[in-house]
Amino acid sequence: MERLVASFFNLDILQQAWPILLEGFWMTVKLTLVVVPLGVAGGLAVALASTVRSRLVRWTVVVYVDFFRAFPPLVLLMFIAFGLPFLKIDLGAFGAVALAFLLNTSSYYGEIFRAGIESVPRGQYEAARSTGLSALQTMGWVVVPQATRNVIPDLISNTLEVVKLTSLASVVALPELLFAARQAQSLTYNATPIIAAGIIYLVCLWPLVRLLSRFEHRQIALH
Amino acid sequence: MFERLADTFFNWQIMGQYFPKIVEGFFLTIELALAVVVAGIATGLLLAIVRAFRIGVVNFLIVAAVDVLRALPPLVIIIMFYFALPTVGVRMSAFVATWLALALVLAAFAEEIFWAGILAVPRGQWEAARSTGLSFLQTLRFVVLPQAVRITIPPLTNRTIAITKGTALGAVVAVGEILYQAQSAYSFSYNPSPLTLGAIAYLVLFLPVVYLGRWVETRFAWKR
Amino acid sequence: MSHDQAAILEVRGLHKSFGSLEVLKGVDLVVRPRELVFVIGPSGSGKSTLLRCCNRLEEPNAGSIRIEGVDILAPRVDINAVRQRIGMVFQSFNLYPHLNALGNVTLALRKVAGKPREQAEAAAMQALARVGLAEKAKSYPNELSGGQQQRVAIARAIALEPVVMLFDEPTSALDPELVGSVLAVMRELRESGMTMVVVSHEMRFARSAADRVIFMDHGRILEEGPPAQLFNAPDHPRIREFIASIEH
Ligand SMILES: Nc1ncnc2c1ncn2[C@@H]1O[C@H](COP(=O)(O)OP(=O)(O)O)[C@@H](O)[C@H]1O
Ligand SMILES: [Mg+2]
Repeated sequence: MERLVASFFNLDILQQAWPILLEGFWMTVKLTLVVVPLGVAGGLAVALASTVRSRLVRWTVVVYVDFFRAFPPLVLLMFIAFGLPFLKIDLGAFGAVALAFLLNTSSYYGEIFRAGIESVPRGQYEAARSTGLSALQTMGWVVVPQATRNVIPDLISNTLEVVKLTSLASVVALPELLFAARQAQSLTYNATPIIAAGIIYLVCLWPLVRLLSRFEHRQIALH
Repeated sequence: MFERLADTFFNWQIMGQYFPKIVEGFFLTIELALAVVVAGIATGLLLAIVRAFRIGVVNFLIVAAVDVLRALPPLVIIIMFYFALPTVGVRMSAFVATWLALALVLAAFAEEIFWAGILAVPRGQWEAARSTGLSFLQTLRFVVLPQAVRITIPPLTNRTIAITKGTALGAVVAVGEILYQAQSAYSFSYNPSPLTLGAIAYLVLFLPVVYLGRWVETRFAWKR
Repeated sequence: MSHDQAAILEVRGLHKSFGSLEVLKGVDLVVRPRELVFVIGPSGSGKSTLLRCCNRLEEPNAGSIRIEGVDILAPRVDINAVRQRIGMVFQSFNLYPHLNALGNVTLALRKVAGKPREQAEAAAMQALARVGLAEKAKSYPNELSGGQQQRVAIARAIALEPVVMLFDEPTSALDPELVGSVLAVMRELRESGMTMVVVSHEMRFARSAADRVIFMDHGRILEEGPPAQLFNAPDHPRIREFIASIEH
């Protein structure tokens, strides 16, 4: 028991590691604030593109979505982080992470928005068009607002996954929370920083998890 | 320009050299993925069944464990298992650490999905079955679960696919799966062609799985 | 082709197919100002398709459609501008669930007619008052009864000051006790001089309010005439049977 406390919940170590962890935490927050809006916007664009009449565009979208859904995000991230510099494109670690996540998460958000758009009854579209709204206006003012509302649980669920995904950035040496924790661990020879990082993730994300499981129960009960 | 691109990302010589390694990784990835899926779904189902007994303390513990596993990034769990647990004397191989972490995460999601499925079966089904003399377990086994499982298939499939792709995380703790092989070949040769090969291996493995997921989703459409 | 200058809506030789299924097989229809034309006919005879072609929710395969003499099938016509002038009311209301009654009515006023917010809201309130729902302006569709929802849908259309209103079975989805309130609004519209085309099976309403009744069958107009004639002494036995089947 004592050993457990000394190895995992060592307050002295925590005090040493705290500044590093805090910096890592802010990097994770920053990453989330960049990656989530980018992914949502990208996903919306993908979903809208899949509603256009041109078959070429729709097929491109399907290929894009399936391609990036089949790629494990870490593979994509490494490919971009290690491969692009060979083309003399240097995005830096943050840029590489942002690009990899944009490609990955926009295909997931895209699928969610697409399902949402499909869930809006055709009559809504027809009613809007019958009052003279253009196709784009109908999307923007009538279909997308309802679509979004219909898929809020899925959007939150995906966002939770995206936040957790930011931990992959540690692999390409972006100093976010997990990277900071591992760095602190190797400096202190103690696992406390890693446990602390876990607790930080838990405290921040647990409310989302609770909210989601309430949504899920309600959704499936309505089915 | 095009030649350089080909030379950098599709260098046949380097690809040929490391091809056997990637194939090795390919099979290890499959092994790991299958082990995760079997253990994760079985555990999730078991937990959901236990939860159906509605024993206060037990259910509280299940919910707490599930919540923790859903809130923590899988990579954090793997690193805890592989780098933190040894400091208190619990040692496991990188493969086991990755397998255990992913299986537990899948079990947590699967439990939630199965449980939601069980709740979705109308109360009248329980009452009708019990009124014909079926026991609690018989009702669960023959009446409730068959109905619950059907509606859980699409969300469970999608979740399983997503978590299975997490096998790539094993690369971080040096499990010799595809990504690890590709990455180490890349650092030996200082050429990204092995990464391309790895990416192709993942496409070969997961594109069919993604299509399976799509098919399942339309076949068992459950939402609304 | 010569056309009727006085007509509000003029449909000539309208054909529409879905794949190999020919749904409209040459329909001619002229609706004059302040006229209420009633369209009846068996299910699947093409009534909805006819209305939906009139504002190009469906694209006709052949024929012409003129609104106040302007060919709306012409390639360069601004269909969104045309649609403002053609009000449409659907069987299933199709109110926007994410907007309240006022929002439902103001959306097109602001985005299509380009009115500033206060003006749009004033016009919307006037339309809502006309259907007797001014006090429900802040209610969301799910807080309204079916009859109230359909009246909001009518307000949404009339707020744009259309020259003709198309009704596709506006009372079919309503509980019987709610039908009257919607018909009352339609009657008021008619009395104020609105030109209307109504697909419906409300025979009593047709008898008292329609100028003309059209019977459609298999994508054609089988017979048309004043309600008294078509209901009491139709030329076709087919129509007599149909009317007997829906009049209890
Ligand atoms: N979008 C469509 N695609 C294919 N067939 C359609 C479509 N809309 C209507 N139809 C068919 O056209 C015929 C006429 O339909 P409709 O105009 O709705 O008839 P009514 O309103 O008189 O009942 C029906 O056989 C219907 O199945
Ligand atoms: Mg109809």
